[in-house]
Amino acid sequence: MNEISITHILFLSTALFFIGVYGLLTRRNMITMLMAVELILNSVNINFVAFNKYLYPDNLDGLFFTIFIIAIAAAEAAVAIAIIIHIYRNHHSIDVEDNEEMKY
Amino acid sequence: MTTTKIFRAAIFLLFTLIGVAGLYFWMQIEFVAAVQIIVYVGGIVVLIIFSIFLTQQSGLEMPKATLQRKIFSCIAAICGAGLTGLLISQYGFTNNPDAVLDDSVQNIGTQMLDYEDVGFALPFEVISILLLAAMIGAIVIAMKSKVEES
Repeated sequence: MNEISITHILFLSTALFFIGVYGLLTRRNMITMLMAVELILNSVNINFVAFNKYLYPDNLDGLFFTIFIIAIAAAEAAVAIAIIIHIYRNHHSIDVEDNEEMKY
Repeated sequence: MTTTKIFRAAIFLLFTLIGVAGLYFWMQIEFVAAVQIIVYVGGIVVLIIFSIFLTQQSGLEMPKATLQRKIFSCIAAICGAGLTGLLISQYGFTNNPDAVLDDSVQNIGTQMLDYEDVGFALPFEVISILLLAAMIGAIVIAMKSKVEES
């Protein structure tokens, strides 16, 4: 069995990132777009941890970036879901095509 | 290609996040894996599922994306993935296996609250203020319409 190097982990995080981008571009439901953003943030976290583990193991900067990104993602999800619920109460729809009065 | 049931999408997201946590376990970064499981699987996915229940019927199917949007998104994602994969495969990372990452919880805690050379005390404080602000903001935004109605 071959050794799994950092390149394979980076391929995996690339795939995860662009699956998230595809979801963000095709979906028009706000909650599923939020899920796609979570996928993108997760791929960035994998990159930070892999670089810290394999290339610069003498300090812990990547781990701290990952922990802070997870904290910010939690805050972002909470605020986004509050906004989505507020929009649903006013418009009875969470499709982005139906909520465009702030467009112009 | 993608599921049209939103609840199923949330469950798939749950298993993806568990898989990422498994990758962290495989890389022997146990603390980040534990934080990933606690915050994402225990927090964000549950929040998303609750908001699905609050905003629409879980059995309701979402409308499918148009074929044109699917094609152009697929082209964009594949081009980006191909370019990034090409760059990664040609860069030639050199592993540094002799040094060992000291990711014990004691070391992480000491560095996080350290204000000396390698410390992260200032980002820690900023994150705590950000979390407080996000919590207050979420409560205020979600309460607003109820106040207006009554």
